[in-house]
Amino acid sequence: MAYDYEKSIRPGKLPHIWCPGCGHGIVMKGLIRAMDTCELDRNNTAIVSGIGCASRLPGYLDACTLHTAHGRAAAFATGVKMAKPEMTVICCGGDGDGTAIGGNHFIHACRRNINMTYVIMNNFIYGMTGGQFSPCTPTGMKASTTPYGNPDPVFDISKLAIGAGATFVARTTAAHPREIDKLIAQGIKHNGMSIIEVLDDCPTSYGRRNKFRSVVDMMKRLKKDAVPAKAAAKMTPEQLEGKFLTGVLYHDNEKAEYTEQYAALIKRVQEGA
Amino acid sequence: MAKKTALVQGNQACAAGAIYAGCTFFGGYPITPSTEVAEEMSELLPTVGGKFIQMEDEIGAMASVIGASLTGAKALTATSGPGVSLKQELIGYACIAETPCVIINVMRGGPSTGMPTGPGQSDVMQARWGTHGDHAAIALVPESIQEIFTETVRAFNLAEKYRMPVQVLFDEIVGHMRERIVYPEPGELELIDRDPVTVSPEDYKPYDSTKGLVPPLASFGSEYKYHVTGLNKADDGFPTTKASLVDAEERRQIDKVECPEARADIESNEEFMTEDAEVILWAYGSSARSARYAVNELRKEGIKAGLFRPITLWPFPEKRTAELANQAKAIIVPEMNLGQMIHEVERVALGNCAIEGVFRVDGDPLNPGQIIDKVKEVI
Ligand SMILES: Cc1ncc(C[n+]2csc(CCOP(=O)(O)OP(=O)(O)O)c2C)c(N)n1
Ligand code: SF4
Repeated sequence: MAYDYEKSIRPGKLPHIWCPGCGHGIVMKGLIRAMDTCELDRNNTAIVSGIGCASRLPGYLDACTLHTAHGRAAAFATGVKMAKPEMTVICCGGDGDGTAIGGNHFIHACRRNINMTYVIMNNFIYGMTGGQFSPCTPTGMKASTTPYGNPDPVFDISKLAIGAGATFVARTTAAHPREIDKLIAQGIKHNGMSIIEVLDDCPTSYGRRNKFRSVVDMMKRLKKDAVPAKAAAKMTPEQLEGKFLTGVLYHDNEKAEYTEQYAALIKRVQEGA
Repeated sequence: MAKKTALVQGNQACAAGAIYAGCTFFGGYPITPSTEVAEEMSELLPTVGGKFIQMEDEIGAMASVIGASLTGAKALTATSGPGVSLKQELIGYACIAETPCVIINVMRGGPSTGMPTGPGQSDVMQARWGTHGDHAAIALVPESIQEIFTETVRAFNLAEKYRMPVQVLFDEIVGHMRERIVYPEPGELELIDRDPVTVSPEDYKPYDSTKGLVPPLASFGSEYKYHVTGLNKADDGFPTTKASLVDAEERRQIDKVECPEARADIESNEEFMTEDAEVILWAYGSSARSARYAVNELRKEGIKAGLFRPITLWPFPEKRTAELANQAKAIIVPEMNLGQMIHEVERVALGNCAIEGVFRVDGDPLNPGQIIDKVKEVI
């Protein structure tokens, strides 16, 4: 039987704005399945995004949805979660939104280990504005502002999140749709900051310029370069050259969750008074 | 029973006023001369079960405040000029998404880092226009410690009632000065909460203009689910580029503050000896304290001076300023900047009287002597 996505989509909001072949739709379906797995009460779920193609996702979903300003999703979401910790908070957005203009909020939300799940759609480019390079565009690749090839080094989002203090970090790709919802669901269930990095594709602003012949080509590439973290443990550095790890990359259940810490502080202050 | 009094700093009075108003969320980032507001809130909020968070920068602080407000919390941030500069994009967001919140700006000189420990009044135009796009603005400018308390309470009331950001501006002098304050009893000052939503969840539209100029705002985490965006939107909250809808929404968001009924509700002024005045000192915030002193001195010398002091700076007190321009021979505008509000006074005075400024930006307060000299020069 076909999966019922319709019940999670706001009536009349489709078709979406994404180009044919864009990976963001695959991520949205994964998110819907994960929300179903976790049986989230949509009235008590806030989905918060920044600006970009990826950030248009919340508008399609039937929940409390907040489409903010470029880069600010994690900071708005922090306010929502602090003020109403009983809500489930999910952030989503692109690599540019989350790690360039929003990089500061991203790392500090990780540091606080506030209980939310951030689904970051890394298509290696600023899609919405027509393909300028992002902090995740591989060195040497073409973007509209790197006509001679990208001179910049790259952010590894998952490593960044682990370094900054997130307590559940996982990576997968749009070519692994089943893994997307499993990892997001694990993230939602985890009590702390969860980062789910989904490598996806932007055929319009990245693929074309970089001589990928088709969306299928881009998907094949994601599949070829993905190495499950467990398998990687048995591989040599040479074998791992040019590959990226997928699956759960980091999981820590020990670090205190931020809103619980604050609730304890309130209790301490009020009892002391 | 005698009322509770204390000798406190302006910044402390501001925090006390916020708690009195029912504020339960503060998101901030430290900056002189506003930091004591954050320090006080970090101490007071947990005692009432509220939340304090020090964010990574002022943009994050503003974002957290809007997020908290959408859950129904009365939310506050406090900063100074450089911080407001950083918040500007999101102040516009709070305007278009119609999210109540209060922003305190304890002013110092500028531009840029300026003189962090010196007073200034150079952010008054920023309070009006400091974000891109057309928008309405409400800004309050208390002159004393007591008034910082009551105007902070009023700022929350106006934010909730008109569903928008409200700024309270005072300068370093009153922010750091200590004066006696008489704390209002609980229930003594009116407290306003945002209008409750009365329609069913299926019928709820967050920007439904048939519900009046200020449609009710539901809270996240209630029985109402809805969408919030900074894009131009239709009454259901979803993005639209349809010209007629965009135009109507933008105009409504300005009308809700600038229509005559709203102006009458929001405007607040003090007048001192203006009845027969031939020279009006048009002054606000701590400059008005010097101006009041100057009026008394000038009267002793037989010069018919009076003080007009806007407590609500935005929307601008157009009607009363125009009337005074008709009555007086001259209006003098003392400001701790190089002339900002004077342009508004000139705009509405329509050349009906002489208008002169007394400006100071050297880090010292305007003193009454400077104002008196200017009056004598003009008349
Ligand atoms: C303050 C601000 N700066 C710049 C922009 C322009 N802008 C809109 S989306 C975007 C990039 C989005 O890229 P990404 O987050 O990677 O998402 P994608 O579109 O690829 O899904 C930029 C630069 C903006 N909207 N606001
Ligand atoms: S421009 Fe790229 S990221 Fe944006 S919708 Fe099209 S394919 Fe997707």
